[in-house]
Amino acid sequence: MNYDFDWSSIPGALPLLAKGMAVTLEITLTAIVIGILWGTVLAVARLSSNRTVAFLAAGYVNLFRSVPLVMVILWFYLIVPQLLKSIFGEGLSDIRFVSALVAFTLFEAAYYSEIIRAGIQSVSKGQVNAGLALGLTPGQTMRLIVLPQAFRNMVPLLLTQAIILFQDTSLVYVIGLADFFGTAQKIGDRDGRIVELLLFAGAVYFVLCFSLSQFVKRFHKRIGQ
Amino acid sequence: MSYNWNWPVFLQTVPSGETTYLGWLGVGLQWTVTLSLSAWVIALLVGGLIGVLRTVPSKPLSFLATCHVELFRNVPLLVQLFVWYFVAPELLPFGWGDAFKQMNPLSQQFLAAVLCLGLFTSARVAEQVRAGILSLPRGQQNAGLALGFTLPQTYRYVILPMAFRIVIPPLTSEFLNIFKNSAVATTIGLIELSRQAQQLVDYTAQPYEAFIAVTLLYMLINVTVMFLMRRLEKNVQVPGFIGGGK
Repeated sequence: MNYDFDWSSIPGALPLLAKGMAVTLEITLTAIVIGILWGTVLAVARLSSNRTVAFLAAGYVNLFRSVPLVMVILWFYLIVPQLLKSIFGEGLSDIRFVSALVAFTLFEAAYYSEIIRAGIQSVSKGQVNAGLALGLTPGQTMRLIVLPQAFRNMVPLLLTQAIILFQDTSLVYVIGLADFFGTAQKIGDRDGRIVELLLFAGAVYFVLCFSLSQFVKRFHKRIGQ
Repeated sequence: MSYNWNWPVFLQTVPSGETTYLGWLGVGLQWTVTLSLSAWVIALLVGGLIGVLRTVPSKPLSFLATCHVELFRNVPLLVQLFVWYFVAPELLPFGWGDAFKQMNPLSQQFLAAVLCLGLFTSARVAEQVRAGILSLPRGQQNAGLALGFTLPQTYRYVILPMAFRIVIPPLTSEFLNIFKNSAVATTIGLIELSRQAQQLVDYTAQPYEAFIAVTLLYMLINVTVMFLMRRLEKNVQVPGFIGGGK
């Protein structure tokens, strides 16, 4: 190996990289929060006794789960600007960011809904019966009795999915959005230091994801006792 | 929104004249399938080995295997792909990097994508194989050793034949994932399905038709894989285990 490493362009690039990381985190957090909410709705709908509702929710989840994330990002990059134009008229500035937010949220909701559905199904049937026997409506039983217990069981899985999501946000590269990875790649190209910048980006992702997953593992053990 | 649907667009010939746009989709489908299947072979071989190593009593071996898994699981796929494509050729010893750079672009893209996807998935396969081995009753290994088998023989004749059968259902979802993940290869220019979708949009200005067609093709791959894996599961299921029938 006779490559001359030159890490000097990284310190100067840190502010830009931080800005990119902010974009990454914004997308990740939005997709987590709204994805879990929408995923819960989908999970409850899938378990609903109303056949049509259950069928539609299952269709949504299966559609998103059978298509690559890259395709979904491109899909929404195509659709969202058209929609926004028809609502707000021309002249919206960063459509890429909005379309990425929408794509990730709707995509992740499908994955979250599967985790949440499994969580709901892991709550014992007696809990539901007890709730109904106490005079709660089915909706109240779901909200006050089943979901709180389900979510407690699901926390490690939801966190693991969040780590996967954090890694997947790098795919906004396909629509040219400057997230952490996109920024690193651009700076590497600009300075002719693509090797160093890519290795640096990889190292940052590794440190963050590794520590988070270790934390999740410990947390999992603690609530397992 | 007024949009002019034009489905016959797929039958038009492409500007270079040698095929139709439908032909482009066919080429994309071929690359997606070739890439995914080749990567799957690597993932099974490497993942199987690493998964076994994670369960052996040797500390250094299982530590190395753990490092492999953590490394490939905690770096985004896209970053790994760029490292294989842009970084590895610069750093490889023995002139391998130069040899790589002299190949034609398509081989470069394919080789980088196969290695990347294969090793990325191998970490996930390894976790499933490890879980499969650990799910076996401890007595099986003890019985093997008590019969006078060496440890490698115990793995070869007792543990692995069971573990590999138990592990097939969870591997189905990894197999499905590898097809979906192969779309990432579009970023280094490999002309697989999602790349062809973008090309079709650029050339025909009929984005909805192009994207709907490619989405359907991905769903077709999904359904086919699920169907084949179900049949495989039925053929190899272990009687008496959960999901193993009578």
